[in-house]
Amino acid sequence: MTERLVLCAIALAAVSGMPGVALGRKSMAGQWIAAVLAIVGSGLGLAGLVLFWMFDDSQPVVIPWHLPGAEFNVAVDGLSAVFLVPIFVVTMMGQLYGLAYWKQTDYPQNGRKLRFFYGFLTAGMALLVISRNSILFLFGWEIMAVSAFFLVATEDEKPDVREAGWIYLVATHTATLGLIALFGLLHAVSGSYTLAPLAEGSISPAMATSLFALALFGFGLKAGLMPLHVWLPGSHSIAPSHVSATMSGVIIKMGIYGLFRTLSLLPTPPIEWGVVIMTLGAISGVLGMAFAIGQHDLKRLLAYCSIENIGIILLGLGLAVIGRSQGRADLVVLGVSGSLLHVWNHAFFKSLLFLSAGSVIHATHTREIDSMGGLAKAMPWTALAFVVGSVAICGLPPLNGFVSELMIYLGMVDLLEGSSAAFAGGALAAAALALIGTLAVACFVKAYGAVFLGVARSQAARQAHESGLPMLLALGVLSACCFAIALGPLALAPIFDKAVAVWAPDLPEAAPRLVTLAPLNWVTLMGGVLIAALVAARLLLGALLRHNGSTRSVTWGCGYSAATPRVQYTSSSFAQMLVALFSWALRPEVERPKNLPLFPRAARFHSEVGDVVLDEAVLPSFSFTGGLFSRFRVFQQGNIQTYLLYIFIALIALLLWR
Amino acid sequence: MFQIFDVLIIVAVALNFMALGVSRIRGVINAVALQGVLLGIFPLFIHSELGLRGFALMAVAVILKGRVIPAFLIEAIREADIRHEVQPIVSFITSLLLGALGTALALVFSSTLPLTTEHTSLLLVPASFSTVWTGFLMLTTRRKAIMQVLGFLILENGILLFGLLLLEAMPFLVEAGVLLDLFTGVFVMGIIIHHISREFSSISTDDLSELKE
Repeated sequence: MTERLVLCAIALAAVSGMPGVALGRKSMAGQWIAAVLAIVGSGLGLAGLVLFWMFDDSQPVVIPWHLPGAEFNVAVDGLSAVFLVPIFVVTMMGQLYGLAYWKQTDYPQNGRKLRFFYGFLTAGMALLVISRNSILFLFGWEIMAVSAFFLVATEDEKPDVREAGWIYLVATHTATLGLIALFGLLHAVSGSYTLAPLAEGSISPAMATSLFALALFGFGLKAGLMPLHVWLPGSHSIAPSHVSATMSGVIIKMGIYGLFRTLSLLPTPPIEWGVVIMTLGAISGVLGMAFAIGQHDLKRLLAYCSIENIGIILLGLGLAVIGRSQGRADLVVLGVSGSLLHVWNHAFFKSLLFLSAGSVIHATHTREIDSMGGLAKAMPWTALAFVVGSVAICGLPPLNGFVSELMIYLGMVDLLEGSSAAFAGGALAAAALALIGTLAVACFVKAYGAVFLGVARSQAARQAHESGLPMLLALGVLSACCFAIALGPLALAPIFDKAVAVWAPDLPEAAPRLVTLAPLNWVTLMGGVLIAALVAARLLLGALLRHNGSTRSVTWGCGYSAATPRVQYTSSSFAQMLVALFSWALRPEVERPKNLPLFPRAARFHSEVGDVVLDEAVLPSFSFTGGLFSRFRVFQQGNIQTYLLYIFIALIALLLWR
Repeated sequence: MFQIFDVLIIVAVALNFMALGVSRIRGVINAVALQGVLLGIFPLFIHSELGLRGFALMAVAVILKGRVIPAFLIEAIREADIRHEVQPIVSFITSLLLGALGTALALVFSSTLPLTTEHTSLLLVPASFSTVWTGFLMLTTRRKAIMQVLGFLILENGILLFGLLLLEAMPFLVEAGVLLDLFTGVFVMGIIIHHISREFSSISTDDLSELKE
């Protein structure tokens, strides 16, 4: 039943945008049809998942296919089920949010295209997650990748949008190339395109490592692992906000899913794989956050945070790989559960943040943080949603980010009990995770402070207004998801135990469960107490203020009530110290006044953090290769006769060959 | 019977040389048309029982290649006001020499092919290769777009010659499909020629190289 419901959801999502294409440019009907179809579809899919978790109701659907090697073979297991949740929830909220955010009447030229491909995106992702055949998997993967390209390029009349879309397209196809190699090699060793676990000892260690490296490259590129993240900041910031939310919340998770799935197929991994994954995770986490702090574009900032969260997810995965290689069930359970729960958490709080950022951008018509300010007064609900998202992403209690990070921390502490090498590794990883958390707090204090507190820095920010009901509804549902996970992790534990069993089939039956390893009931209790305390403090403060009377002033006025926007922290100045600390990696472009005279005139300070890997490695190497290939121009004569001659020569060569 | 057939094949190959050596476009069109008609009636000599459908298809092929397409091309010349010289890139003598070389190579090459015994004695295979070669020569060494159309037609004739070997195995549907392809191809190229001549006031493909970027 589960598979059938999920397939229904896929079909509904795929067709959701089609009626709109046939309807008029200015008609809102297509938009409503799309939203209703997509929401009903996602609802069916989620119902299927509930059936799966409650009754284990899985019947694989296998339909033969004419394509050589391919087979329409879909099944839901513990791992797919976990990844289906963000797909359905986030795209459902995206469609809802889009009703007010990207109205057909406001965007007659591209609204229909957006919804058409948004539906396909949902369908492609759900298909790849449940497919058990590598060719079907690639079909889903490409549907996802190509529709995401059209979504990034929604406003393709703008040159910067075209550029970001182009970079995305190149990156995603490079990833696909890696995956084709991976599945080809997998076929060579297993003799089939079915995604089934390889028997222990059936492949050589060198072959296993090649498979792992290909998976890490292909899926890592999609996940935005540093230094393979070059496509991510541009495309996330340029796309419409609900698309950014989907890309950051769900699409990059498909890379994580791929890594999880591939590792579940391969035999017991060596410990080095775990170390590699953890190192990459730590680098992505720390540097991703450092880059985020240096950004002035609100959505670019959030995009770099996605890289950071991928880092945390990989830290958990690395822990699990180490656990599997050492036969330590506790590490596997904590690592996989922490990592997968963080996949959920990140999907929810990051799409919450992207959607609230979208509301802000919708109201102020700019992505520049330095043109915002003081929006908490004009948009209180959006500001509240942003706070919830920020607290969650910083991994602070009482929100959901804390729960998953706690599990990963516990795993790292468990690692300390091992050998001295393991002790060093665990200690370093825990330190990295702590550093990530600290930087995240700094980053979101900056973002929230500069966007919502203080006074407005531009005319547009002064005239901002709260966004429409569908947008607020989407924000509310996602916030509720964040709270639900934070307060009820105990209820979710069996879901992750199922995923662990799929991921590590060699785990003994009597392995410890998540409930025994993590103090989940304490998390609930503490979270509840903390929330109650916060609410009580707010009520008390309100009562006191009413009683004593109060004067209104601006934030960051420091008692000086006539503050102007010029005395506030800007996004550059707030981040200045941290950017300087990380300048060895960020390479910021700083413009500062030099040789000030005795009586200085007006001077300006400005710092800008670009993407180091893109600007200093990828683009130069591309232009070098481009130069190399331009030598082949001599063959392009523009002369039909010459081209025909080429064909003729090729024909003769093929005839003579052997 | 086979004696006459061989003579006909030799005539078809000789028409190749005529197409390569004649300096007026009208002459090339005539050569190609004649070759088309000749090829159209070949099935009569190879297969004693053709049936009604075979005859119908043969008639269509003969009418298309011998009458409709040449008339269309002549119309195009008149319409686009094309001058009558062929304007080759390499001289006519060189073209003829290259054609002769290709025919010789075709004879050598087809003797090395693993053909069934009933086919080895036929001149059909070398003639086919030679015609394909001529078509390619025509495509690559002539400047005017209309000559490309003619080269394409000769190329198709060569392929058809080879196809005659397989006539028993090949369903008529395939044959009909090839004919349709050919007709559409010529039709489309005729339109293109018309447009090129309108745009550049000549149909020399040299002007098209401006479009290469």
